[in-house]
Amino acid sequence: MSLVHETDYGTPVSKSTERVTLTIDGQQVTVPAGTSIMRAAMDTGIQVPKLCATDSVDAFGSCRLCLVEIQGRAGTPASCTTPVAPGMVVSTQTDRLKKIRKGVMELYISDHPLDCLTCAANGDCELQDMAGAVGLRDVRYGYNGENHTRQEKDESNPYFTYDPSKCIVCSRCVRACEEVQGTFALTIQGRGFESKVSPGASFDDFLSSECVSCGACVQACPTATLSEKSLIEIGQPEHSVVTTCAYCGVGCSFKAEMRGEELVRMVPYKDGKANRGHSCVKGRFAWGYAHHKERILKPMMRESIDQPWREVSWDEAIDRVASEFKRLQQKHGRLAIGGITSSRCTNEEVYVVQKLIRGGFGNNNVDTCARVCHSPTGFGLSQAFGTSAGTQDFDSVEESDVIVVIGANPPDAHPVFASRMKKRLRQGARLIVIDPRRTSLVKSAHIEADYHLPLRPGTNAAILNALAHTIVTEGLVNEAFVREHCDRDAFEAWAEFVAQPQNSPETVGLLAGVDPAAIRGAARLYATGGNGAIYYGLGVTEHSQGTTTVMAIANLAMVTGNIGRKGVGVNPLRGQNNVQGSCDMGSFPHELTGYRHISDDAMRETFEVLWGRKLDNEPGLRIPNMFDEAIEGRYKGLYVQGEDILQSDPNTAHVVKALSSMECVVVQDLFLNETANYAHVFLPGATFLEKDGTFTNAERRINRVRKVMTPKTGMGDWEITIAIAKAMGFDMHYDHPSQIMDEIARMTPTFAGVSYDLLEREGSVQWPCNAKAPLGTPVMHIGGFVRGKGNFLITEYVPTDEKTGPRFPLLLTTGRILSQYNVGAQTRRTANVAWHKEDVLEIHPHDAEQRGVREGDWVRLQSRAGETALRATITDRVAPGVVYTTFHHPDTQANVITTDFSDWATNCPEYKVTAVQVSPSNGPSEWQREYNAQAEHSRRIAAPNSAKIAAE
Amino acid sequence: MSSYDGKLVMMANQIGRFYGPQKQVDPATAIATHIRKFWDPRMRAAIVAHLDQGGVGLDPPVHKAVERLKAAP
Repeated sequence: MSLVHETDYGTPVSKSTERVTLTIDGQQVTVPAGTSIMRAAMDTGIQVPKLCATDSVDAFGSCRLCLVEIQGRAGTPASCTTPVAPGMVVSTQTDRLKKIRKGVMELYISDHPLDCLTCAANGDCELQDMAGAVGLRDVRYGYNGENHTRQEKDESNPYFTYDPSKCIVCSRCVRACEEVQGTFALTIQGRGFESKVSPGASFDDFLSSECVSCGACVQACPTATLSEKSLIEIGQPEHSVVTTCAYCGVGCSFKAEMRGEELVRMVPYKDGKANRGHSCVKGRFAWGYAHHKERILKPMMRESIDQPWREVSWDEAIDRVASEFKRLQQKHGRLAIGGITSSRCTNEEVYVVQKLIRGGFGNNNVDTCARVCHSPTGFGLSQAFGTSAGTQDFDSVEESDVIVVIGANPPDAHPVFASRMKKRLRQGARLIVIDPRRTSLVKSAHIEADYHLPLRPGTNAAILNALAHTIVTEGLVNEAFVREHCDRDAFEAWAEFVAQPQNSPETVGLLAGVDPAAIRGAARLYATGGNGAIYYGLGVTEHSQGTTTVMAIANLAMVTGNIGRKGVGVNPLRGQNNVQGSCDMGSFPHELTGYRHISDDAMRETFEVLWGRKLDNEPGLRIPNMFDEAIEGRYKGLYVQGEDILQSDPNTAHVVKALSSMECVVVQDLFLNETANYAHVFLPGATFLEKDGTFTNAERRINRVRKVMTPKTGMGDWEITIAIAKAMGFDMHYDHPSQIMDEIARMTPTFAGVSYDLLEREGSVQWPCNAKAPLGTPVMHIGGFVRGKGNFLITEYVPTDEKTGPRFPLLLTTGRILSQYNVGAQTRRTANVAWHKEDVLEIHPHDAEQRGVREGDWVRLQSRAGETALRATITDRVAPGVVYTTFHHPDTQANVITTDFSDWATNCPEYKVTAVQVSPSNGPSEWQREYNAQAEHSRRIAAPNSAKIAAE
Repeated sequence: MSSYDGKLVMMANQIGRFYGPQKQVDPATAIATHIRKFWDPRMRAAIVAHLDQGGVGLDPPVHKAVERLKAAP
């Protein structure tokens, strides 16, 4: 094994289709017009010395090392800023150039600490490399002149150090922050000799500045000025393995850089087709949870939840799971048990869990956590287009002219894609944001939305109908597209519906609290502004009309012809890394892999033949239905893989009641999560660093997860599931996850061409990947919809049953923050808590003043479902009448407040609308105190000897 | 009506409110099909049992849909 080295071409690739031929050092080379001489040289293998250039940012031309001579031109132009021209003859190495470069390097080195042997970048320092490349042997100026070598380090950021003494002021970090990340947190402060990289204002350090810790600056730095603390502590890695991040649905590719089995750092992989070499604070730095002291490494069990856990062998734990599940089925019937798969697990792990349940348990009581996030996307898009997935790849945004973001906050929840979107916006694409909150996307550095529709939570469908009303009644329909690609009758029925007066912006504006002129303006822009792309998130799906709203989005794309090519489309931004994959893998109770209904006899029989088991042809229970059946006493056993349903599902009291009603709850996870407080068997899981498999991201991209270290628990998650199956008498044999993928490919038409060999060759592919599309399908529905004709569905607005009133006059909506992830099980166990150590309630100044609430006060947050207490922050990011919080911390348990109202089609919970009251409080509520006491009691682990005594 | 039945009635009526305005399909048929495709047999049996006890709270097209479920579970 060795380090995966990536070529730095010095400047970005040119996308021109025009070709230019020139000669460099006697070699003829043909490159796209607009290519820099530096890049053209690199294309032929000629490395021009450089320091300020790197191919992730535009050329800058400041270091004066990359100078070249061009026949017929005066001077020595910088090769990074000089584009190629036809017939150009370039020399990169002449006596004159050597002399200049050596002189430049002498100046750099005369103001640089000569501590190479003890420097963290020793062996990976471009300054060191360039000193070698130019043959620097002496520094005529000495080292005693005025210099910067005694400047103080800024170590405020938990993950990297800024050491200005090593800075050569090349501005690569500043430009990476601007061009790659789009935050503009860094600047060069001062002039001339005083020039210095500065985060934010002069009084800021990195931690207090607006730096989002994405790591782009660290990656861009050619010296040890910006270095990962883990690198400083451990030393240079000796090998690297390309793998996929385990956080959000962007699915970034990283090089896990290792020393033996120790992870030194995660470096974003330039060839990663989802992230193109960029990263965020979570994927880049927040992997420390993998070796956190609270991680459980041995199986545990107990007779009842009031007992302490006791560590047992794998065999004992697996036998207990199997015998309990068999006992429950004997006593309460075949349908009395089931399981839940996780979007944090690989495709292969999810597949074997649903196979265990369908084949081993003999029922279809399998559901996935996508139930509570994007299940409306699957159903809504399948009805409109014929597939349960987004239509584009992430690259598509580079060709968008109008970007509509609905119910999503990409800079916080999908930061790497947000950076790419923001880059396009800075190039001139227009922006429409539909969101109750004024998210950072509405106005940030060099970006301002053309329209922000700050709608009242729960009125998404009404607003989208009003946009459609404008398009239809103002003659903005793309008639040619509709005529050619859509069902005519369905279109006409829908057009008649949206044209009705109750869908006009003037009527909808009143109920949604949005200016009708802004609705009309946004509709006109989307319909006429060129390539229009819609990106949406859980602010769309997690409503009682989640599915209706997904359909309304599909209607808008069809009526404007914004589908079936690059730059357009309907793009669900998936919350977790494998939401798409967990849905694809047949872990919904009503369908097998590839979204095929369980009642399809011919299809089901193919699985029966392969698995050697008769399968139930009836749909099983969805997660909320499992809870209801448990409370009714008919559902007694649950196997939960990698999911914390107690913290993440709505109406916590209801979930507690359901879990308490079961006789055998089995949790497979990294930590004793909140659900484990009610579990009887705990099976320790493996992190993404310890497993082989695949994740499928929001753009349908199947990407490899590669094992970089041995599972600390001794077993991979897929092996645990197979062991349970075997103990229950359902033997499934695989030697490696690649064989599971082979079975998935054999059984699933959209995955027919997928194999680990193909992924090894191509890096990643987007399904459908089969004989028709052997290398996958970046953009769907080109030339026609998968279902045939596009289907317009009538999306009548139905107000939610969750009503405000005198007792609960405010609307609570929930969401995420950049530094934390989902229930926080991983990120709370990293230094990311430096940015977000507790959930807070955002409240508008008007609502705060009415209630006597001041900044930082404890407040009681109360709904019909329950109450909790947390600190308030006063902000006009939320509208009057709306409050907002995150759900990352179990101490707050935001889902104590949310109700079990849900989407009509899929039962996806209505997290985004809860009627609440806010009042001053002295601190945590009685419920929180009781909950914490119960949690603490439940997490006790008996010492080994006392376990033996207890057993005796 | 038990809270369990009440929840099923609410869920069925929600489905009804989507399919009711659709022009391309018969609402009762579409509602029955949706329930048949996505509800576990115990839930379907419970809503049919609720119908047998008078079907309190079921909106008209949903009432008709549950009758169809009863006839063809």
